[in-house]
Amino acid sequence: MAQMTIREALSRTIRAEMERDPNLLILGEDIVGGNGTAGGPEAIGGIWGMTGGLYASFGPKRVIDTPISESCIVGAAAGAALAGKRAIAELMFADFVGVCLDQIYNQIAKFRYMFGGRTTCPVTVRIAYGAGLNCAAQHSQAVYSMLTSIPGLKVVMPTTPADAKGLLTTAIRGDDPVMFFEHKMLYGETGEVPDGEYLVPFGHARVVREGRDATIVTCGALVGAAATAADKLAAEGIACDVLDLRTTSPLDEESILDSVEGTGRLIVADESPPRCSLAADIAALVSSKAFAALKAPVELVTAPHAPVPFARELERAYLPSPATIEAAVRKALAYR
Amino acid sequence: MRINRDQLINAYRRMKTIREFEERLHQEIATGEIAGFTHLYAGQEAVAVGVCAHLGPTDYIVSTHRGHGHCIAKGCDVKAMMKEIFGRRDGLCKGKGGSMHIADVSVGMLGANGIVGGGAPLALGAALAARMDGAGKVAVAFSGDGAANQGTTFEAMNMAVVLKAPVIFAFENNHYSEHTGVSYAVGAKDMASRAAGFGMAAHKVDGCDFFATYNLMTEVIAYCRAGKGPVAVEFDTERFYGHFEGDPQRYRASGEVDRLRATRDCLKAFRAKAIDEDLLDSNTLATIDTEVVALINAAVEEARTAPVPSAADVLEDVYVSY
Repeated sequence: MAQMTIREALSRTIRAEMERDPNLLILGEDIVGGNGTAGGPEAIGGIWGMTGGLYASFGPKRVIDTPISESCIVGAAAGAALAGKRAIAELMFADFVGVCLDQIYNQIAKFRYMFGGRTTCPVTVRIAYGAGLNCAAQHSQAVYSMLTSIPGLKVVMPTTPADAKGLLTTAIRGDDPVMFFEHKMLYGETGEVPDGEYLVPFGHARVVREGRDATIVTCGALVGAAATAADKLAAEGIACDVLDLRTTSPLDEESILDSVEGTGRLIVADESPPRCSLAADIAALVSSKAFAALKAPVELVTAPHAPVPFARELERAYLPSPATIEAAVRKALAYR
Repeated sequence: MRINRDQLINAYRRMKTIREFEERLHQEIATGEIAGFTHLYAGQEAVAVGVCAHLGPTDYIVSTHRGHGHCIAKGCDVKAMMKEIFGRRDGLCKGKGGSMHIADVSVGMLGANGIVGGGAPLALGAALAARMDGAGKVAVAFSGDGAANQGTTFEAMNMAVVLKAPVIFAFENNHYSEHTGVSYAVGAKDMASRAAGFGMAAHKVDGCDFFATYNLMTEVIAYCRAGKGPVAVEFDTERFYGHFEGDPQRYRASGEVDRLRATRDCLKAFRAKAIDEDLLDSNTLATIDTEVVALINAAVEEARTAPVPSAADVLEDVYVSY
């Protein structure tokens, strides 16, 4: 075990997998950085600081600095995968999914199916997402709900350094395309990370807190907010089950339904806007498969149906928080 | 002439197979037995074959919605293709893809593509994979004149130049982007000079002339295999059918298709030159014709009676594991 940040865990995992598999390549904007400048290659090493040194270790055929061309980043990763390689494609911001959605939605998600199972598409698209840095409407979005709705993709969101390592390793070694969402506000999160081989299987939620009174299902940066809310409520004797989904596709339906069978109350905390969202999806799941267990309406704590605003005060008001999650738990408990 | 007799026979057989495949599909689609959208490649055979004749199974191509010709030229099984287009369980893609999504990665055919412009980034990626292997392999992005206008194609061209990737951008100018003329839809003088503007070698050739196409591609592919970077080639070619089967083609001039078939048929031109220059005799060509017709007849008969998929197959192959 070693103590490190999510950023370090991701960075070390990328390097370890590049060392392990000579068929693995990584490409993205500024992942080397400095090419064509006075600073020279490796002046940057990725704007999130996770790909520094890879170029020197693995060379330009496997560590590829691209022009600002998101469609080609994802498309080239996909083409390399069809040609027998494994690829990590880095999108600097999740919002740029909008630029390359065709390659995600029409291409990599569908190759295996359209081609009758005769190919695989082992591409991990690493995507920095989420609000909290006052980056406004085009650099802050939580687009995982939209991608979760697409058959053929897997959608992953680590919230601890250990899961960052375990889930990224599983993503890279797996044969299906993975949308790997990294919350910008969690990169500095620290924790213990197991040494050596460590894989976390997809489709298994992590139990963050255990309790009999209410279930909080969440993911990404709101896991911390939900835990904070649960701790505060625990001081008053209200015990919450807090589930960190870790992957929204596949979804750990069993853990969600088991928890709700025990608590009868469900709060879903989701950073994406509410319509056709992860929150709505889980509410539908529980109301159709565990209706009899529910003692109160499902409480949805989501961002509003609005773009992400810029100003600090506005962004704070936009985002779900420990307070809004706590209020939702209280509302569910108060229902008679 | 830099092509030997066996290569010529193979090339003619492939071109004839494509033509017969498409002409027969045109008839079969009219009966209503084949579902969905089909875009026929008839008229453009010399391009697919003139390019793919230089490729081995470890080279890659990425195709378009008008992809049957590329598939046959790259070595996809013709009977399995026909079954796929008929939507059969034993089709090349188990009936999941149909005409627009035929692929066989085992022969380096990385897929027809229903998204115009979707393919060029994929071919670039295959070229990056080839570059990692370091064995002089290349990738070809077949694009129509329509795809030539998509931003994805521009991105791929720029990135290919930046990375010096062994990829060939093969632009098949059949003069129609769906139902709109190239003279309207392509702002530049031509696609080759526009590609040259990205910083790569670019050529134009008569894509109805197999021999000219083949000879140019000898140079182009050798250049690419040598690691000198990407190349673009614009092929002047002709589409004998509509954008899709069922297209009323109201945009065509009166008698246009008859004129094209009389004056711009790459198979007729091939036969004329082969016989005139004593490269192949008419008996050899006639024998190939007979064999190809028999193959296509058998492919259609087998496809017609082949088992259909079952409802349970809907959920198969969405993921490797989930």
